[in-house]
Amino acid sequence: MSPTKPPLVGASTPLPLPPPFSHSALRLLTQGAEALVFHTTLLDSRTPVALKYRPPKPYRHPLLDRRLTRQRLLAEARVLVKCRKEGVLVPDVVALGADEGWLGLGWVEGATVRRVLDKWVGKRGEEGEGELMGLMGRVGRAVGRMHEIGVCHGDLTTSNLMDSPADLRSLAGDIVLIDFGLATQSIQDEDRAVDLYVLERAFAATHPVAEPLFQEVLRTYGESYKGAKVVLRRLEDVRMRGRKRSMLG
Amino acid sequence: MIALGLEGSANKLGVGIISHPSPSKPPLILANLRHTYNSPPGEGFLPKDTAKHHRTWVVRLVKQAMRQAGVKVENISCICYTKGPGMGAPLQSVAIAARTLALLWNKELIGVNHCIGHIEMGRAITHAPNPIVLYVSGGNTQVIAYSHRRYRIFGEALDLAVGNCLDRFARTLMIPNNPAPGYNIEQLAKKGRHLIELPYAVKGMDASFSGILAAADVLAAQISEDLDEGKRLRAEDGEVVTKADLCFSLQETVFAMLVEITERAMAHVGSSEVLIVGGVGCNERLQEMMALMAKDRGGSVFATDERFCIDNGIMIAHAGLLAYETGIRMPLEESTCTQRYRTDEVFVAWRDQDTA
Ligand SMILES: Nc1ncnc2c1ncn2[C@@H]1O[C@H](COP(=O)(O)OP(=O)(O)O)[C@@H](O)[C@H]1O
Ligand SMILES: [Mg+2]
Repeated sequence: MSPTKPPLVGASTPLPLPPPFSHSALRLLTQGAEALVFHTTLLDSRTPVALKYRPPKPYRHPLLDRRLTRQRLLAEARVLVKCRKEGVLVPDVVALGADEGWLGLGWVEGATVRRVLDKWVGKRGEEGEGELMGLMGRVGRAVGRMHEIGVCHGDLTTSNLMDSPADLRSLAGDIVLIDFGLATQSIQDEDRAVDLYVLERAFAATHPVAEPLFQEVLRTYGESYKGAKVVLRRLEDVRMRGRKRSMLG
Repeated sequence: MIALGLEGSANKLGVGIISHPSPSKPPLILANLRHTYNSPPGEGFLPKDTAKHHRTWVVRLVKQAMRQAGVKVENISCICYTKGPGMGAPLQSVAIAARTLALLWNKELIGVNHCIGHIEMGRAITHAPNPIVLYVSGGNTQVIAYSHRRYRIFGEALDLAVGNCLDRFARTLMIPNNPAPGYNIEQLAKKGRHLIELPYAVKGMDASFSGILAAADVLAAQISEDLDEGKRLRAEDGEVVTKADLCFSLQETVFAMLVEITERAMAHVGSSEVLIVGGVGCNERLQEMMALMAKDRGGSVFATDERFCIDNGIMIAHAGLLAYETGIRMPLEESTCTQRYRTDEVFVAWRDQDTA
């Protein structure tokens, strides 16, 4: 573990980038809960890259902070490599600095499903509805494929699903799964069901009107691989427990 | 308008009297009394004994609150009580008291969701208009955001509530339950110096605490004073691990999890304000960690002191009166209570569609 503290990051501050990255073309995309995500380029300045930096969390005990950052970056990279190998659509891993808190990922064109939904839900005509259903169907299948190979995402929200290469006028892209910072390689149906439960609640919480659309996600999920039906039954249990958890005040 | 509120969903009996002078003025707290049932060290509170405690104290507390508030029976508009969630027997004993008062004084009854009480009281005291809410108590752990007339649950504990995890660990260590097990853990944790590794279990916006409790219990057995010094667990620097170290490690770990899931919800809805409510919300280390996170996001944290974050009657009176003012009424036949009552089941008629 390097004892030097990573410098403060701001959109205007040049970053201590690892060797393959250029200092100049750095554009802050999001400040998520966990990471700052930048758009930059690799070597030849023609290959676009998403660079994820996990700055230290001041609220966490430094020992715990370092342990978590390192564990999560390594896990994220490992899971991405596994998904790639097994044909699940995810970004490429192009660089990793586990101790410094960096991960470089191949750039994915398109928009997050969350953005697509924000744009479409509420003002959909019948034609749009069909397309929206198509999108939900592809989400269900993409999640099913990931679960089939024994990967659980751990943070399956609509912001972590990208519709690529959709511009906002069309809804017909591939679903690319991103943000595997909390992913596990697990073959437990319970974990898979919890993934679906997290996604369901992300839908319910941010897209209240889109709640019925989630049924379509579950439908195509159920058809996407052999064990899917069992997981859907398990989801019922997880939901029930979710309700039971309101037992005490 | 003035309301009387009765709370008894767990081991605290609370009686509060609130006045809403006018829609543009802040609420006035006329009385806020509480009496707590404490079980002996190493034991939790049982429903039967807790209900008995509430029955024994409710008349005295109501009389005292009325006297303190200086209001007459005819000034009161409605009697509010906790409908749930909570422990069955204590809830019922307080609901019966509420019904009796309503019949005796010929007043309207309003059943209140306990969690909504916490949230609305927190908003009223801190003036946080539309925060993400972390609700942490002995029975509940929820990350909540308001949208479309509901308090929607973003994340929650998948098994034990965080307060329950802390309380049970206090029992393992035989730390007294008075004034509160969590408070005693907090004081002990201040003396802790070694961070002992515990599992860290966040799944998306949810968290799990049962594995951590189990691991902490195992560690507690390894520092027992019954063991020879030579056999006791040692930290990396060779020093013997203490009870204080374990309390410190447990707090650092579970609070980091809470702050993390709260931050996720904030990032998800693009909010920078967070309000902490519920008994665990009194913990100053949790407040401090949350403030560091919020500052990083250019926002701030709102919290209340023990008068309001620990279960109380005033929050029930306040939330009940908010509902009453929108025209909500509850016939006597429907004035039941329920152990299960989700925060998102309540239609929040008193707030606008989107914000404040
Ligand atoms: N490989 C990528 N290509 C294009 N955009 C990306 C890529 N990775 C992340 N993003 C964008 O950055 C956002 C945040 O990235 P994410 O990996 O989800 O981190 P966080 O932990 O902050 O949520 C995503 O919602 C997406 O818009
Ligand atoms: Mg993300």
